[in-house]
Amino acid sequence: MARIDLDLAHAYRPDPRTDDDYALLPLKMTFDDGGAYALLGPSGCGKTTLLNIVSGLVRPSSGSVRFDGVDVTARTPQQRNIAQVFQFPVIYDTMTVAENLAFPLRNRGVAAARIKERVGRIAEMLELSGQLDARAAGLAADAKQKISLGRGLVREDVSAVLFDEPLTVIDPHLKWQLRRKLKQIHHELRLTLIYVTHDQVEALTFADQVVVMTRGRAVQVGSASDLFERPQHTFVGHFIGSPGMNLLPARRVEGGLEVAGHVVRDAARADAVAGATLLGIRPEYVGVAAAAQPGAVPVRVEQSRDIGTYWLLSARAADGTLIRARLHPQQGVPDAGASVWFVIDGPHTCFYANERLVAQGIPSVVEGALS
Amino acid sequence: MKPVNQKAWLMILPVVLCVAFSAVLPLMTVVNYSVQDIISPERRVFVGTEWFKSVMRDDDLHGALLRQLVYSLSVLLVEIPLGIGLALAMPAKGWRASAVLVLVAISLLIPWNVVGTIWQIYGRADIGLLGATLTRLGFDYDYTGNATHAWLTVLTMDVWHWTPLVALLCYAGLRAIPDAYYQAASIDGASKFAVFRFIQLPKMRGVLMIAVLLRFMDSFMIYTEPFVLTGGGPGNSTTFLSQYLTQKAVGQFDLGPAAAFSLIYFLIILLLCFVLYTWMQRVGTVHEGEQPT
Repeated sequence: MARIDLDLAHAYRPDPRTDDDYALLPLKMTFDDGGAYALLGPSGCGKTTLLNIVSGLVRPSSGSVRFDGVDVTARTPQQRNIAQVFQFPVIYDTMTVAENLAFPLRNRGVAAARIKERVGRIAEMLELSGQLDARAAGLAADAKQKISLGRGLVREDVSAVLFDEPLTVIDPHLKWQLRRKLKQIHHELRLTLIYVTHDQVEALTFADQVVVMTRGRAVQVGSASDLFERPQHTFVGHFIGSPGMNLLPARRVEGGLEVAGHVVRDAARADAVAGATLLGIRPEYVGVAAAAQPGAVPVRVEQSRDIGTYWLLSARAADGTLIRARLHPQQGVPDAGASVWFVIDGPHTCFYANERLVAQGIPSVVEGALS
Repeated sequence: MKPVNQKAWLMILPVVLCVAFSAVLPLMTVVNYSVQDIISPERRVFVGTEWFKSVMRDDDLHGALLRQLVYSLSVLLVEIPLGIGLALAMPAKGWRASAVLVLVAISLLIPWNVVGTIWQIYGRADIGLLGATLTRLGFDYDYTGNATHAWLTVLTMDVWHWTPLVALLCYAGLRAIPDAYYQAASIDGASKFAVFRFIQLPKMRGVLMIAVLLRFMDSFMIYTEPFVLTGGGPGNSTTFLSQYLTQKAVGQFDLGPAAAFSLIYFLIILLLCFVLYTWMQRVGTVHEGEQPT
């Protein structure tokens, strides 16, 4: 087990010039000992590259990787004592399930009795006990992936266990179970776990800390509620949540802050968010009002859908801006075609300049600011 | 009820004709020869299984068969491991990979009789690079006079000619292994040998099976190269089955025995291929620990 410090950048091609040449832009990050982390982002954002750099399969083109303060940049995965589980099952065809699970231990010369004990324990955990003597090659994809997971967890002394979208090939029901298992294993063994995924639900339920990545950049590290309540970057707002945050162009005009063709904030308060070009509000926090009020814009409801426990409203302002709202059925949901007001400026509203969060909420008015 | 349309039979008629003319009729002719004593085109006598009996008791044939088996096994024992080794040593990507692929494939492009001629000259003690060098070094190398030398030269020639085929097949097999396997092995702390034993070898099983079958069949039917190189000599030391057969059929014009023997030859190849194939299938599917029953 170890604390992992990263201070690096990586480009697959030599001599990178522009940001696009980098698979990972310069970043500094720390994974604490015993923490459960998720790297979350769309395909091609660099999360797997980052994972492979931690495990030692990829060597960063610049910078260093430290385990407990020791520079391990030049070391192999074996020397770093890392366990890693890949997206697609990797099994050794000619071996039985038990031999597969024992392989990492056997390669390290662990005593036979100890191997047997560990393999038995892991097999039980993953519900593979009945198949231990079966040939691994003949099993179904999800059983194979369980073997891969087992090989990742069979060693207790590892610095960290890394998962690269390990549940992709597993069916939804089992996915749930395995995710719970992993969480449970984390609590029992207190291993450092790093989990790569593009599924926000998976990331938010598995990890204590989620690293959101896009285009080779880690844009925010935080807990599930941090990512939801205070997205530091427009990408986080847009990527986390279902649907994502409403990001509306905001413009400073004579009378205050104009969004969707309507002034939502008076000039005095608008000064607090000077320079912001986007107003962000999660659909959960959009309020519905029947008449004009501060912070509201008039919209026409285009669509109103019942999504089980809540209603999803799509509405357009006069200038064509699309705004989504998520409402409880008790709230009184307007029908499609209705003209209502959406309250978009409130305590949860975020303001962004250059994709970065610059302010949140409504400041109390400073006396005398109006002049 | 579905209407029955028998016109479809017409569609396969061309194939039937082609196969009849190219395979069935010649084969039947051979069968025909094998049960007759053809004294002259006008005089032929039905002799039943007599030719088969006499061919089976022929000592020359036994000798040729034994030589052939030893030779084919030697070919497999040398070429398969060597081919695997070559494939493992070949670069995986970049211009080096392309260059090596072309270089390795060159010997495969040379016609059989040219290969024989190349080695015939290469091995000559007076002007051949190999022969002259060995002679200078003090070896009494003479493939035309010494049976062992002749035999080794024919084997070396086949290794030179055909190992690249095995190497290319294995190379294709190796390249088809996803990177994740190597990454997982490196994470699991597998040694180089363990990677070979538990990943590369099992993943190459399919191509190796093809390589073994191809090399076995080809070497079992080898004719042109030893014919050009040694003419089957010295003595009978490099007379393999096909050459023995040709001597009988074309040299001595013993059509009956030759036909009987070629049928037996055919059955031997069929049988050995079947045995090899079944064995290799089993190696892949039965775990080492359990005994096949």
